[in-house]
Amino acid sequence: MTLNLKKIGLATAALILWFAFYRSLAPFAAWVTYSVLGLGQGSRLGGAVEFFLYDTPKVLMLLTIVVFVVGIIRSFFTPERTRQILAGKSEYIGNILAALLGTVTPFCSCSAVPLFIGFVTAGIPLGVTFSFLISAPMVNEVALVLLYGLFGWKVAALYLGTGLSIAIVSGWVIGRLKLEKHVEAWVYEIKSSGQQGDGAIPQLSWEARLQAGKDSVREIVGKVWPYVIGGIAIGAAIHGYVPEDFMASIMGKQAWWSVPLAVLIGVPMYSNAAGIIPVVQALLGKGAALGTVLAFMMAVIALSLPEMIILRKVLKPRLIAIFISIVSLGILFVGYLFNWLL
Amino acid sequence: MNVKVLGPGCANCKRLAANTQEALKQLGLEALVTKIEDYAEIAKYNVMSTPALVIDEKVLMTGKVPSVSELAEIISKGKVQKPQGGCCSGSGCC
Repeated sequence: MTLNLKKIGLATAALILWFAFYRSLAPFAAWVTYSVLGLGQGSRLGGAVEFFLYDTPKVLMLLTIVVFVVGIIRSFFTPERTRQILAGKSEYIGNILAALLGTVTPFCSCSAVPLFIGFVTAGIPLGVTFSFLISAPMVNEVALVLLYGLFGWKVAALYLGTGLSIAIVSGWVIGRLKLEKHVEAWVYEIKSSGQQGDGAIPQLSWEARLQAGKDSVREIVGKVWPYVIGGIAIGAAIHGYVPEDFMASIMGKQAWWSVPLAVLIGVPMYSNAAGIIPVVQALLGKGAALGTVLAFMMAVIALSLPEMIILRKVLKPRLIAIFISIVSLGILFVGYLFNWLL
Repeated sequence: MNVKVLGPGCANCKRLAANTQEALKQLGLEALVTKIEDYAEIAKYNVMSTPALVIDEKVLMTGKVPSVSELAEIISKGKVQKPQGGCCSGSGCC
């Protein structure tokens, strides 16, 4: 018991320290830029350096704490449990639940095929399975943290809401189209041995869950930090050197073709959210429209070429094409909606 | 002992195979680690997150790459658990 109290005390102290650091990042960045380095207030280089010095630690700190918490939340979910929750649900509820569970179930695109087989062979409808497969990569904690850190909570919430909607609706449409025959036939012939199938909440001690949080920080933050720094560096350069309103003509609201173009460029691009969002934020500051920028980002992270190649093992080309088209249409719609709304 | 690492051949699967080999060596066990990369074969074990570790046809771990010492624990536990109760102590079901 005393050990636990000590741990809680330590955790609280760490949180307070984290918060104090976080709050002093902005004045610290300004101080280093203008007093220590002696760069001129309002100069291009000064603007770029301050942007970099402020945003890099801010994003990394936010990322660490959110990934830690999400790692703990994920320790309550397994793909097996998600499958059990989804099995036997009706179409609409199934799509909604699948999109929501896609955000908290541990998932990596290398496992997309075993997961797909696991869902389909358990009798989960194809459309519901797709709702999961769309939501899992698109609505992820790294994207949300970066959007929150760089754009504020409103944009992050918009992204969450529209991302889930695209996953729900696209999955539902795919389900309605009755495309089961475009799944490779061998998938339906699999007879699993039936072991390992229980959908129980993983029984773990709190110690193990905290460890899971730490592990995901090590794994995710350890992997994305170079992209974050690289992305923010490019963002900082754009921030300091690209003239105001430069992007307005290319990615502004008036250019109607900018949304489809952003999606077209975004789909084959494969980058994680960590690298792309800081760049996107800098573009926004130069007159790009929010809807266009959101559409670009969704296209980059939701539809990736490597994942399509992996999914080709279980899906026939026609179904992959339909999948990409429907999700792209959803993203286009979101892009136009925000350009029109905001 | 029959040790299998299930996974489509990604970096994590290779790491798991290497760590497993190392853990077996630490435990002083002789076993050949086979990699199962075929999706249909993986699906037979009802595994939904790769990489996974299967010993004597029993799925012991899925979806992560534990360290060598963690793996050593998983392997030795998995081995001890078997004789005590469970379906294999009875007759007929395996």
